[in-house]
Amino acid sequence: MKMKLGTMAVAAVMAASPVMADLVFPSLSYRTGPYAAGGIPFADGYADYMNLLNARDGGIGGVMTNVLECETGYNTEKGVECYESTKGQGALVYQPLSTGITYQLIPKATADGIPIHSMGYGRTSAANGDVFSNVFNYPANYWNGASGAINYLMSQGDIAGKKIALVYHNSAYGKEPIRTLEELAEKHGFELTLLPVDHPGQEQKSQWLQIRREKPDNVIMYGWGVMNQVAVQEAANIRYPMEDFIGIWWSGSENDVLPAGEKADGYKALTFHGVGDDFPVFADIQKHVVDAGNAAGAGDQIGTVLYNRGLYAAMLAAEAAKTAQEIHGTADITPTMMRDGMEALVITEAKMAALGLPGFGPEFNVSCENHGGPGLVGMTQWDASAKTWSLINEFAPSDMDVIQPLIDEDSAAYAAENKIEGSCN
Amino acid sequence: MFYREAGDFSTTYPEDSQTFPIRFDRYRYYLVLAIAIFVIPFMINDYWLNAVFLPFLIYTIAAIGLNILVGYCGQVSLGTGGFMAVGAYACYKLMTSFPEVSMLIHVLISGLITAGVGVLFGLPSLRIKGFYLAVATLAAQFFLVWLFNRVPWFYNYSASGQISAPERTVFGIEVTGPNTEAWATYLFCLFFVILCAVIARNLTRGAFGRKWMAIRDMDIAAEIIGVNPLMAKLSAFAVSSFFIGISGALFFAIYLGAVEVGEAFGITKSFTVLFMIIIGGLGSIFGSFAGAAFLVVLPVALKLVGVDWLGWPTDIVAHLQLVIVGALIIIFLIAEPHGLAQLWRVAKEKLRLWPFPH
Repeated sequence: MKMKLGTMAVAAVMAASPVMADLVFPSLSYRTGPYAAGGIPFADGYADYMNLLNARDGGIGGVMTNVLECETGYNTEKGVECYESTKGQGALVYQPLSTGITYQLIPKATADGIPIHSMGYGRTSAANGDVFSNVFNYPANYWNGASGAINYLMSQGDIAGKKIALVYHNSAYGKEPIRTLEELAEKHGFELTLLPVDHPGQEQKSQWLQIRREKPDNVIMYGWGVMNQVAVQEAANIRYPMEDFIGIWWSGSENDVLPAGEKADGYKALTFHGVGDDFPVFADIQKHVVDAGNAAGAGDQIGTVLYNRGLYAAMLAAEAAKTAQEIHGTADITPTMMRDGMEALVITEAKMAALGLPGFGPEFNVSCENHGGPGLVGMTQWDASAKTWSLINEFAPSDMDVIQPLIDEDSAAYAAENKIEGSCN
Repeated sequence: MFYREAGDFSTTYPEDSQTFPIRFDRYRYYLVLAIAIFVIPFMINDYWLNAVFLPFLIYTIAAIGLNILVGYCGQVSLGTGGFMAVGAYACYKLMTSFPEVSMLIHVLISGLITAGVGVLFGLPSLRIKGFYLAVATLAAQFFLVWLFNRVPWFYNYSASGQISAPERTVFGIEVTGPNTEAWATYLFCLFFVILCAVIARNLTRGAFGRKWMAIRDMDIAAEIIGVNPLMAKLSAFAVSSFFIGISGALFFAIYLGAVEVGEAFGITKSFTVLFMIIIGGLGSIFGSFAGAAFLVVLPVALKLVGVDWLGWPTDIVAHLQLVIVGALIIIFLIAEPHGLAQLWRVAKEKLRLWPFPH
């Protein structure tokens, strides 16, 4: 058996020799399994934007982009395999779209000198760039999301003494906001109930029975994949008012609300980027990618919330690559240069408008200390009859007085555990 | 021709009862060991380590463990994932509590702790059998995962509930954490595989193994001829859990580095290991190797062929893999219930007679 493996090893290494002189953006996607509903549109958006850059601009700075897609199925073992198989091919930045895989890759990628961009997921305290030199989670993280939801509720009326339930995916992802919400509960005097839902989240009867009994004033959800659809359906079944039900940005796509039909009307979700396909860039995608027959996947996701997020992730990666090219004066950048580019990234309204994405996200700049961006959070609401999400609250800052100490505490613990000395001096 | 007993004389009892009585077999075994120890460490890179060799070695240990319980002693278990989780969390607690102790000791103690937990959950096997025991071990699976999710002490009160392996060494060489060398982790796992395989082989052909097989074949008859079912079943649970605990500890500390219990050690893990021994061969140490190799290499090979060479979409290949594994399990259950190990046995029989079959 082992001899056979040896010969296979030689054959495969020869077959998988890197394609040189491309900017390689691996996409650890998942188009199968219980989380595919979220994985497919994101991967499509990411691939389409990179394709658009190739077709319209001739790549980034004259170098073509190459998206290496690798199926992880949201599974950490396959994530490791994907990481190892793509890193040798010059991968510039990893975006695993899974908090579990991100946790796994943080030490590995840091040792290999490859940056990770966990946009709106992953380890929240990675916002402290002094400790996490190779991990970026701009423009917003889980704790910004938790605080953004509470801020929104406070703007709607007094929150003291109210009951708020958190329905969360019982994993590293879902557990992330608990500390923040507990701190906020203490600060603002509301009562927090925790309702974990186990992977994959198809069974939520008991959680919603508890909600029906306790009648919390608001429900916040940190769900992903099939769990979202089930939760919205269950909420509709117990006639929980949808206006009081708020999802994190991973629980706010078309796929999550469409199965519940009319009953999902009024459901709210946080966001950190624009929704809808009313941006000039979509005309370019239609012209250069879809009409050329190069649309990723089935090509039916364009303009959905998660497609836009994939597009946004690709746009930020491409801008960081451009920045890296400018800093280092070479078009053919390495992962280390890419890291420098991400750290020096500046996103302005003028830049976004030039890219065909005016007002798509907040303006921000990344620094060595702050890898987390400004943490501006907006609120969207679902209109079931028009089948559209619309932004009902502009991007607003979150409560950094609560979040920053938590980030410092958690990253200090990580630094002590792994004997990391600050890299920003 | 080459593979035959003729001319291979044994003059002592130990020679006659050794694991590989045929000279050709013995040399092949030495050759495989020599390649595994002296050749592969010099050639291995990160990709082959993490995509093929580490999962293969670690799953082999788990498959040997489960094979002792299911294949040799006939006690169906669906708790493998839970027991691996015990090994992983025991290893994590040991690693963080005693950072200066060698990883070798930590992994062995994790195995012992898992053996204890295995005996505890093996107690119902004295009263219930077959499907009912499968359900009881399923309860162990869910209980253990729930426990490690629920009690923060097990994950040192970290905010996310994840456990991550800090850097630890064996004889001054790093084997966990991000800065390890491929050969070091490979040899570390290989050491445990060889250790477990040798122990398992010698246990199963000795008095213990005979008792287990007697219980498997007919427990009432075994009791009548003097096999103590309590001792036999509990020892099978203990030995099996010991191996599974070692594999869980290695799976977490060496292979993944960071683990979330529900995702890494869920019910699917139990099924994966069970499929390995069904495809590899119940009641065979070689079968554990073959089954683990098959289920680890198959997805990688499919990906290489489907995605990298033929350029198919990744989701089609992922679905195809499910179809193929499912079909293979059905085919093996119908056509060859003893798995790849039996195919190997048949091939050896044919080779003995070749080139002059009857």
